Amino acid sequence: MIETLLQGLLLGGLYCLFALGQSLMFGVMRLTNTAQGDFIVLASYGAITASTLFAVSPTVAGLILVPIAFVFGYGLQRFVLSGTVGPDPLPSLVVTFGLSIVIQNALLELFSADPRAIESGGLATQSIVLPGGLALGALPLLIFAAAVVCTAALQWLFGRTALGRAFRAVSDDREIAELMGLDSRRIFALATAIAFTVIALAGLFQGLRTTVSPADGPRLLLFAFEAVIIGGMGSFWGTFVGAMVLGLTQQVGFRIDPGWGIWFGHMVFLAVLVVRPQGLFPKTRG
Amino acid sequence: MTAQVIRSTRASQLALWVSIALVTLAASMPWWAESSWMREFVEIACYFIFAMMWNLLAGYGGMVSIGQQAFFGLGGYLMLMLGNFAGVNPFVAIPLAALAAAAIAVPVSWVAFRLQGGYFAIGTWVIAEVFRLSFANMSLVGGGSGTSLTALRGIPKATRESLTFWTALLCVVASVALVYLFLRSKQGLALLAIRDNEIAAESQGIDVRRMKLAVYVVAAFGGGLAGALYFVGNLRISPDAAFSVNWTAFAIFMVIIGGIGRIEGPIIGALIFWALNKFFSDYGTWYLLGLGLIAIAVTIFFKQGLWGWAQHKLGWSLFPTHRHLSN
Repeated sequence: MIETLLQGLLLGGLYCLFALGQSLMFGVMRLTNTAQGDFIVLASYGAITASTLFAVSPTVAGLILVPIAFVFGYGLQRFVLSGTVGPDPLPSLVVTFGLSIVIQNALLELFSADPRAIESGGLATQSIVLPGGLALGALPLLIFAAAVVCTAALQWLFGRTALGRAFRAVSDDREIAELMGLDSRRIFALATAIAFTVIALAGLFQGLRTTVSPADGPRLLLFAFEAVIIGGMGSFWGTFVGAMVLGLTQQVGFRIDPGWGIWFGHMVFLAVLVVRPQGLFPKTRG
Repeated sequence: MTAQVIRSTRASQLALWVSIALVTLAASMPWWAESSWMREFVEIACYFIFAMMWNLLAGYGGMVSIGQQAFFGLGGYLMLMLGNFAGVNPFVAIPLAALAAAAIAVPVSWVAFRLQGGYFAIGTWVIAEVFRLSFANMSLVGGGSGTSLTALRGIPKATRESLTFWTALLCVVASVALVYLFLRSKQGLALLAIRDNEIAAESQGIDVRRMKLAVYVVAAFGGGLAGALYFVGNLRISPDAAFSVNWTAFAIFMVIIGGIGRIEGPIIGALIFWALNKFFSDYGTWYLLGLGLIAIAVTIFFKQGLWGWAQHKLGWSLFPTHRHLSN
């Protein structure tokens, strides 16, 4: 049972990486990125291409991917999504939904529907043995550590830097922030760029941990979304906790019956929604 | 001096007569048309009804949902269970399944309405996934691989196809009429007020929560109707087909292209969708990719859809819901 719980926590680390980008984009711009999962899958395929085309290790693939993701995110916000930010949720929803379909079909066309994975060179099978005879996978531990680092980094960015203040300002009131001299379009683009670097990491880890196929996007989106809602909007540590809760419930569910694992996670999400709709650690109002 | 309230336009009166003629002509199709045309019509009818309901929910109710396929699949499965296990005639089971889907929408709304905006949309998707996973684990209806509608086995093919076609035609006319009359009524006016400014509407005494629930339930009814109808035509159901998010994706496409918040929008959108489907669906992934790109482009450049742009520029209105004053 302890092993299931620990595995759940480690799975939560991955879900946290899925969710941080979503939490960031929604927190700054109130923008729901329906293509979150598909961008993660796109990043995975990017890492697969990099590692097969240039025969590099996953670490180097990740180092190549992160700056590309940053620039891509910046451009996406600046040129495609900027017109959709606003009180009406429909344009951003439709545009990102359209992007989701475009990405899925483009990947299907380029890579076919076969599941692919990144060559991890043994990392995926290494494990660390704890006292008491429990063995934890090295890769899941690495992912968990990355999740903690990213969450702490984002929390620090938002709480202690000028850019973080700018993010919070445009999130609270865009017009007043612009009166104070902030260029909201540039700020939004930076937020999206940072969100996409986390997406790139998430994609890299997902491809290392398991296989990816073009249609995986929506499933990952729902996990990211559930983690954000359970944790409470507006708080990165809240998203972290939400991801842990989701990972735990799914692992416990899988243990009880493999067919019901994900269903169990959904039900816990819906239960949180009914009992405490603002999430466990909410910070955003409205 | 009194003013008259004019509620129709010349174009709308003409459109009414043309529609009646078209529907009469269509009703005669089983006697002279090929069966593939009728099957195509049934399929487009399901897409269209589903799109009309999505339009009602998003364009008029202000609730953007990516989870309406929950009721589509529910309608299909309930119709199948009534037909296979309760011995109900599947054609009779269609409206019954739709009513059941509408009833289930009430407890679903208790959960779904906890969220707003973009997160409401994804939340409804989660609910649809819960339905899909639940049915995929029910061995009674074939689990993940689905099952067939055996209740129609005894009927000869030609009769079955004609009956399905007429039912589809009836459902299309009924849903257009239902939506149109609803929007022209007092409730429709309340809905428009809510859409424009929820707080102001509430201050005028409109029960916003009840109206939103009403719209959600009506949309669920329509979704269930479309789903039950589709699987009467298809004869085989599976969780992935019934609860696929593609149903909502296509509905969104039709409504966005045609124009959201207008009744003519889904009609135009469905026609364009049918045409694109006919000529380009052989291209598989490229076709879907193209649809996605078109939806993105129209949302960014033609915010009101093609019909909305036409209405704005040319003043056309075939299903007018506004009121003119003349004196």
